[in-house]
Amino acid sequence: MTSRKAGLGRGLEALIPIHGETTSSRPPGQTSANGSSMFRLINPDGTVRDRLPVTLEEMKSLYADMVEARVYDDKSMAMQRQGRLATYAPFRGQEAAQIGAAAALRPGDWVSGTYRDAALNWKAGYPWKLLILGRTGDERGGQVPEGVNVMPPSITVGGHMIHAVGLAWAERLKGTDRIALTSFGDGATSEGDFHEAMNFAAVYETPTVFLCQNNGWAISYPVEEQTRSETIADKALAYGMPGVRVDGNDVIAVLVAVREAAERAREGEGPSLVEAVTYRLGPHTTADDPGRYRKDDEVAAWEELDPLVRVRRLLERSGAWTESWQQSLETEASNRIEEAVAWAESVPEPEPDDMFKRMFAEPTPNLVEQEREATGRG
Amino acid sequence: MAELNIAQAINSALDTALSSDDRVLILGEDVGRAGGVFRVTDGLRNRYGAERVVDTPVAESGIIGAAFGLAVAGMRPVAEIQFLGFSYPAYDQIVNHVARIRNRTNHRHTSPMVIRMPYGGGIGAAEHHSESTEAVYVHIPGLKVVVPSTPKDARGLLLAAIEDPDPVIFLEPIRLYRAVKEHVPDIYYTVDIGPLRVEREGSDITLVSWGAMMRETRQAAGILAEAGVSVEVLDLRTLSPLDRDGIVASVEKTGRAVIVHEAPLTAGLGAEIAATIQERALYSLKTPVRRVTGWDTVFPLKRSEHHYLPSVDRIVAAAESALED
Repeated sequence: MTSRKAGLGRGLEALIPIHGETTSSRPPGQTSANGSSMFRLINPDGTVRDRLPVTLEEMKSLYADMVEARVYDDKSMAMQRQGRLATYAPFRGQEAAQIGAAAALRPGDWVSGTYRDAALNWKAGYPWKLLILGRTGDERGGQVPEGVNVMPPSITVGGHMIHAVGLAWAERLKGTDRIALTSFGDGATSEGDFHEAMNFAAVYETPTVFLCQNNGWAISYPVEEQTRSETIADKALAYGMPGVRVDGNDVIAVLVAVREAAERAREGEGPSLVEAVTYRLGPHTTADDPGRYRKDDEVAAWEELDPLVRVRRLLERSGAWTESWQQSLETEASNRIEEAVAWAESVPEPEPDDMFKRMFAEPTPNLVEQEREATGRG
Repeated sequence: MAELNIAQAINSALDTALSSDDRVLILGEDVGRAGGVFRVTDGLRNRYGAERVVDTPVAESGIIGAAFGLAVAGMRPVAEIQFLGFSYPAYDQIVNHVARIRNRTNHRHTSPMVIRMPYGGGIGAAEHHSESTEAVYVHIPGLKVVVPSTPKDARGLLLAAIEDPDPVIFLEPIRLYRAVKEHVPDIYYTVDIGPLRVEREGSDITLVSWGAMMRETRQAAGILAEAGVSVEVLDLRTLSPLDRDGIVASVEKTGRAVIVHEAPLTAGLGAEIAATIQERALYSLKTPVRRVTGWDTVFPLKRSEHHYLPSVDRIVAAAESALED
């Protein structure tokens, strides 16, 4: 980026301005009345707007990750229907935003995300098998390996954003160059906690990256009705931090924007907000029927902007994509996920005393008594 | 060894913690330059700098949420909420995150942090400044709740809370901040979280209280003793986990109990204590357990406070009625 000090948003816009796009290439439901620019490097048809800052091999690897994430998502939906998983919140359509963001992080960086961030968490080091174990309804799924600094998915909306301020703050106090990224949806920006998190991060200049996956819908409430701000990125201005709007279905645009925000944070220049404009192709959760509040043609328009298809087209243009490669990616991903599922389903049922033992470092006397009662050892 | 009141004892504990552990930092509204609205953090910013004694924006959820992140990533934050009645904007953070992260991650992530909250009435403050809703936090699994009533316990309990590997709510009795003075050792010492303190031994009746109401309870005990009653006084000090064994042991000896608290009667901590006594010491009881508490009303403003707060007379009357049975 040319002008880091001048601010993230301006830096990116200077690189690739996308003012005045035609209606056909601008995602429906995400238009900006004043033509706010949106950073994009790969067009929906797979052509590129500029030289990409990745090698072909890196591109293929990111594509493979997105394919694997989708296999996981599809598998999870199917398993929920079979009664093998608790309620599931699919991320279909948001793979580029999540894989691109995580690809911009370094080992040891903190991630504080939501129930819809399995792809982000996985790419940041959270093993599929533990994500699946968690979704079967088992707290042991939250026990990420040492060295993986990914917080368990936040189920309540918005409260986890400020955690990335404290986490990042601690790393600065400890003298590391780790940063913290928090991921949240457009819906969470209406929570008061969004304000407190953004303000604290800016006031204390913590090395925090705010990643908003603006997927257009807070369950049934469209983003246009949630806010009178032109864009989510615009909100950064009020906090005195850079805000940038990127095409969230463009994995490289997300990677570049988040990497720049992360490097900015690492260098002590404080927090940034990245708005990744994307779309939730599936329901809010397996308990939701989106047909009640949104039209099929809107979904169909976004299917055309599928983040995986876009990269596949790019790779096809480069002669790097073949049907057989696609099949081998899917098969290998499916095998890994099946293996993770088999592991998760082989984990023995929790013992009745487990829940008493994880309340405190040492169980309190009343917990010891209740544990005896619960286990019949009283 | 210096003669300190409770506010000074808490200050001394914070001072000791800041000087002995680099991971400790204080954050809250007006804790730095102003030294806290009750001057409890007075002088600490000058001694340890604005990086470790951090003034924050007016945002309770932000304070607790940021402290939580700091704790998870290895620091030992001591967050101050100016008054217990101001803690509710942070309730989501405390209940849904601070109290649960160990369980949610099966011990992988923890939140060793202290949340200091001055509480209680009797100082003629504005609305929301006098709450005594400790039961709200005692009810939450994953939290410990402590409340000192003496300077010595204040220093020792706070150092124990800062050392504790789990989150601790540290309640500070506003109207006792400067009411009692005693010699407080300046060496590093802790008071265990859990055990109650038998403040006065006796065999006829047990008075159970904690925090600010210990003053009236002590006075009532003095009056009863003068009348020839052998009174046992328990200062619970830790409200969660409750020292059930200590309470039961005392009531087994005396056969009578009066529980005194400032919070409203209904679903107050007195109910839990009374239930414990009837579960475990019913056959030792000579008379029903009495509760002397605040009323089920909003905590009143200055001119009605004396109608609300349990008085020494009410405690003595409850004890006399128990002794007549």
